[in-house]
Amino acid sequence: MTVTDNPTGGIIGQARLRKEDPALLTGEAKFMDDLVLPGALWVHCVRSPHAHATIDNIDTSAALATEGVEAVYTGADLAEDWAGPLPCAWPVTEDMKSPEYWPVAQGKACHVGDIVAVVVASSRYASVDGAEGVVVDYSTLPAVISIEDAESDQVVIHEALGTNVSYEWPLIPNPEGVEAAFAEAAHHITETYVHQRLIPAPMEPRGVAAVPSPHNGDMTLYSSTQIPHILKVMAALTAGIPEHKMRVIAPAVGGGFGCKLGVYAEEIICLALALRHGVPVRWTEGRTEAATATIQGRAQRQTIELAADENGKLLAVRATLLADMGAYLQLITPGVPLLGAFLFHGLYDVPLYSFTCKSVFTNLTPTEAYRGAGRPEATYAIERAMDVLALAIGVGPDEIRSLNFIPTEKFPYDSPAGLVFDSGDYQPALDRAKELINWDARRAEQAERQAAGAKTHLGLGISTYVEMCGLAPSRVLASLNYGAGGWESATVRILPTCKIQVVTGATPHGQGHETAWSMIVADRLGVDPDDVEVLHSDTAISPLGLDTYGSRSLSVGGTAIWMATERVVEKASQIAAHMLEANAEDLELANGVFNVKGTPGAEVPLAEVAFAAFTAHDLPEGLEPNLQAEVTWDPPNFTFPFGAHIALVEIDEETGEVEVIDYAAVDDCGNQINPMIVEGQVHGGIVQGIGQALWEEAIYDEDGQCRSTNLGDYLVPSAAETIDMKLDHTVTPSPTNPLGVKGIGEAGTIASTPAVMNAVVDALRHLGVTEMAMPASPMRVRRSIENAQGGAA
Amino acid sequence: MEISLTVNGDTQSADVEPRTLLVHFLRDQLGLTGTNIGCDTSSCGACTILVDGQSAKSCNLLAVQADGAEITTIEGLAGADGLHPMQQAFHESHALQCGYCTPGMVMASISLVEEYPNLDADGVREGLEGNLCRCTGYQNIVKAVLSVKK
Repeated sequence: MTVTDNPTGGIIGQARLRKEDPALLTGEAKFMDDLVLPGALWVHCVRSPHAHATIDNIDTSAALATEGVEAVYTGADLAEDWAGPLPCAWPVTEDMKSPEYWPVAQGKACHVGDIVAVVVASSRYASVDGAEGVVVDYSTLPAVISIEDAESDQVVIHEALGTNVSYEWPLIPNPEGVEAAFAEAAHHITETYVHQRLIPAPMEPRGVAAVPSPHNGDMTLYSSTQIPHILKVMAALTAGIPEHKMRVIAPAVGGGFGCKLGVYAEEIICLALALRHGVPVRWTEGRTEAATATIQGRAQRQTIELAADENGKLLAVRATLLADMGAYLQLITPGVPLLGAFLFHGLYDVPLYSFTCKSVFTNLTPTEAYRGAGRPEATYAIERAMDVLALAIGVGPDEIRSLNFIPTEKFPYDSPAGLVFDSGDYQPALDRAKELINWDARRAEQAERQAAGAKTHLGLGISTYVEMCGLAPSRVLASLNYGAGGWESATVRILPTCKIQVVTGATPHGQGHETAWSMIVADRLGVDPDDVEVLHSDTAISPLGLDTYGSRSLSVGGTAIWMATERVVEKASQIAAHMLEANAEDLELANGVFNVKGTPGAEVPLAEVAFAAFTAHDLPEGLEPNLQAEVTWDPPNFTFPFGAHIALVEIDEETGEVEVIDYAAVDDCGNQINPMIVEGQVHGGIVQGIGQALWEEAIYDEDGQCRSTNLGDYLVPSAAETIDMKLDHTVTPSPTNPLGVKGIGEAGTIASTPAVMNAVVDALRHLGVTEMAMPASPMRVRRSIENAQGGAA
Repeated sequence: MEISLTVNGDTQSADVEPRTLLVHFLRDQLGLTGTNIGCDTSSCGACTILVDGQSAKSCNLLAVQADGAEITTIEGLAGADGLHPMQQAFHESHALQCGYCTPGMVMASISLVEEYPNLDADGVREGLEGNLCRCTGYQNIVKAVLSVKK
């Protein structure tokens, strides 16, 4: 495929301010809970306070007697309302075990937050009042909290499955080769890392409303979701509503980070209750509720082994995972570890590769995609282990990476895991990051402090990364047993007055799609981006789409828009040629005007062509009226963005507090449509990844109670802990799409966690600390220092 | 209970349940849904408004406590002459992405700059500690607030 090196009419590549902003800055934007739905009933969910318990009896009498309460339903009451259990669309193996997951639990509750009854009331407050009156008798059962306990099967959570193991998934192209490489290697590094459970915490909690039309059978589902299109299909099947009668609308969505790409119980509950009651039914999640009701991220133990020769050149990489699915499988729960399965060798040229994942059920909230989904985990393992290898060889962390980078001339690179990396040029990013952080001077300062016996220590940590995003080629998804394709759809329509409508199946929730998509179209047509309207997030307006996750919107959805624009231009040029009595091949479109190449003055504005296409009074023979084109683009490959991040931390030995005091990031996402938006994505991603390294953890006690259910206990970074970051980029276009673009939504999160943790260990290594678990809290840092010094510190 | 207060310059009288949170009164009774709710422990700041010119988390006040107060919400900032300078600064600095924390962040920033006109970047960061944003990493928010200060 030909990549346009500079696909620009002067608009692509500009740091153009966002058209989304005015509505969001003034309160005009309507988020889920802002919707006014006359006559709506409010739902409040009664949730299990126990991690594992049988539901022996539910007394709803007091609730029903509460003012404003219309109805209370238990799992048994609604058992006939579901057409099927909540769906998992990614059965990763033929024999994967998946428990039935009902919107309201029947018989027993399997995690704190599992819904056991729902109260329907005339107001928000009355629904909560009613829930206070629901009395549930439980008999608690032993709870399985750790993945190790889960794997042992001493307590089996879902009796019908006979085991807590959901699946085992190996990817070992050459088992004998891997064994031989490890047997013969000069260096064999083995490291084990734990990714704690994370709470995604978009600032807007979830919310749902189901609005029925009882007489004609239509149903509109509003949801704060990343995936209105996928949700439409899945909710129709689960609630038993014909798909063509379902419309799903995602209003303004206040962040997602992966946690809004599920099909959730509350969505199906609202649909069922709207059918029962014949009026709108709505639910808004509370923040404390969200801690256990919305999926959590990460949650895996990983063992990574590196085989290397005496110089540190990698010979083989072997990764072995034990992943926590939580109590049930959500839409893509089992697939999340697989999204990292191909990347445990990072951006290093390694001939032999082995990956195995075992996934188990626990009595905790289900896990699912969280910003990066699988790729941060993989990157963390290889990037932490590379530092250990560097120490073993006696070279710097920068040197060990440079030695092993996939050479630029090897692209497209056939990876040992079976992928083809599209394009890459890794060394310049690392060089630039070192320059930005002032590597040599910082190293010298670190040594000076150590020599002087200072009690505040500096640490430098590198993380280079490559990720696979732009989900995804449908055929590759098929080979992974994913239940859908990976295409994206776009329609571009030039209206009679030469204003442009773009319909996209990508569904934004903060990414600035309206601005970026307008720029792509305006660039090609030579119109003002403000004359382009982007329509999205409503299945009645945008009936085809596969939504937003996996840094796919630009490379898949944006490409579809670019191609649809090209098709519109092709048709418009035929009409223009007819108007100019010229050949279409002789025309070019520049600055919104068709002109005959080499013939000054022979021109017709696109606006006149658009109006001629609308009136259809004099079109070329056989040409349909109107200017519009629809394209569904299925990418031939993922895209593989990469980069190098370096964190500088300062650790107070006395308090154990870690401060990130400088941060450099050089990312390469190919061509950039709007560098301002790219930088914003990188900023937010980095801080989210630092959150995992230093502060964030869904803390559970031995009974399965979440101890970090609010934003006072679950430490989402604030402005006070964060710093200004130094950003730069390189540009290595992707050859897999005509825009030459890759993805940038997850890169920051992928790179920053290992960069910070490598820096933390680097700061404390001279005190004897060799490893640190996440989050590197003051207490954990202090204990590590004390342990390293034999408890004497 | 009967309350009477000024909201964005208009006098409002209403009958509210004593337990009604101010944020619910503004959103559900007055229809001013620009003020968002991001938590239930007064931790996130999404619901920040101005009460008698000072920033306050409206989830942490009862409507009845606002009796007689002068309230400004995000809807009260932009006028016929365009966005408030703080809104404009957020726009120009790309200080918002999903926009859910934005109304509260803008209100808190206005109050912060009013109270401490000479803050440096660290001061802005400390001053906005009670307002969480999950999208921007704060860098552009700090930039926006500093640009208004000048």
